[in-house]
Amino acid sequence: MATEEVRKNKDVLIDRNWLKNWHKAKQPKPPLARNIIMAFLVGGLVCLLGQFILNGYIALGVPAEEAGNPTVATVIFIAALLTGFGVFDNLARHGGAGLAVPVTGFANSVTAMAIEFRREGLVLGSGAKMFGLAGPIIVFGVITAFVIGIISALI
Amino acid sequence: MVEQMLVEKRVGEQSIVLDKRAVLLAPSTVAGPKESLGPLAGCFDRCYDDIILKEKSFERAECHMLEESCFLAMGKAGLSPEEVDYFFSGDLLNQNISASFCARKLAIPFFGIFNACSTLCESMCLGGMMIEGGFAKHILFAVSSHNCSAERQYRFPTEYGSQRPGYAQWTVTGAGAALLGSSGEGPRLESLTPGRIVDTGLIKDPYDMGSAMASAAAHTIYTHLSDLQRDPSYYDLIITGDLGGVGKKLNEDILERNGVRIAPNYADCGMLIYHPHQQVDAGASGCACSALGFFGYFYPKMLKKELHRILLVATGSLHSPTTYLQGESMPAIAHAVSLEMN
Repeated sequence: MATEEVRKNKDVLIDRNWLKNWHKAKQPKPPLARNIIMAFLVGGLVCLLGQFILNGYIALGVPAEEAGNPTVATVIFIAALLTGFGVFDNLARHGGAGLAVPVTGFANSVTAMAIEFRREGLVLGSGAKMFGLAGPIIVFGVITAFVIGIISALI
Repeated sequence: MVEQMLVEKRVGEQSIVLDKRAVLLAPSTVAGPKESLGPLAGCFDRCYDDIILKEKSFERAECHMLEESCFLAMGKAGLSPEEVDYFFSGDLLNQNISASFCARKLAIPFFGIFNACSTLCESMCLGGMMIEGGFAKHILFAVSSHNCSAERQYRFPTEYGSQRPGYAQWTVTGAGAALLGSSGEGPRLESLTPGRIVDTGLIKDPYDMGSAMASAAAHTIYTHLSDLQRDPSYYDLIITGDLGGVGKKLNEDILERNGVRIAPNYADCGMLIYHPHQQVDAGASGCACSALGFFGYFYPKMLKKELHRILLVATGSLHSPTTYLQGESMPAIAHAVSLEMN
């Protein structure tokens, strides 16, 4: 290959359109069907577990309309514990949205950040970074609630 | 006269041909737990089954591995730190902390360098030229990466549960160090092609480093071959650093499209470190990937003269967590080093 040829070919070497098409054709795609089925099954199992816990609290004498809060707290506790034991990320790899969408995902993101930044101190580490991933959920949750609240007041 | 010398050593567009040919000596490798269960487990000098090495943080663990690899290399070469003239090192963390903190212990004049995962070849290029110029007798160079310290800096906390795309790569936990000497027995640096930054502007997904780096690898390999007027078959093996499954294929395809067929004698270190069942998606990445792969697996083959000529092309994706959130594309670089064993 002579040097002149290279100069001429420099643009050909990495052709953007060709690269775009290559990506479309050869980039590995997420296994969509598998992910959806797993999310459905795992998400369903989380809800089933929640239902058992709820029934348990009712059986212990908590009024049915108030049993929701301790149930959520228990599920959060379990997810946080599994995160601490280093199990949650392995489960989430298979469960995907089934674990991310319920309150388990929220608990995991808070706990994971708290553990990760513990070494930078309790205040400026865990305390400051804890809601780094979960923060947006709270922010946009509140904004959504506010907007819906106004709409419902107007109607 | 000086101009004449420059012209003699500088070849083509980007390459350098060396006469004195620094010798690559005493490569040493330290590997983390996942790497120690991979196919190359038997090739490493030291394997750890504890991800944090009983240190108090992942950053300390990474620095520990880097220091250990440096002392192993100097031990193998029979040199004390005082006998080493310069130390080149780099890693993936902000402010190159592993390298600087390791240099603190070595007390050797230090150049901290960063080219992400291509730092290994970058330091070989710089060190090779220093020896060529007669500025040093022995140069120590070392690189490190740690899966957890990299994950938490570039992506998510380690315990966060998420699904990675199939083209994601797994940052290698490990460190590698070696020496470049003006004399000794071992493969010699024959020529260098420092790479340019290549950014197609298309790759913005930080998980897709293989694709970003493949363009840079193809550019550097193509330029190296044309600068030195060589055919890929000149080399027994062309080895890229950490392109992984997707990047390796893309690199082959880009070169093939430009009339260069490297597939018959081409390997990628990113495909060697882990077994497919270790859930690493497209393969390995990180500064230590090319170090573990090349020092652990290919260097001994060169010493045994099973491989005579190797082109080592370490590749790096030079994005940061800030740039991809700001929507910037990922610039990539690849440096090539040609090694010959006589």
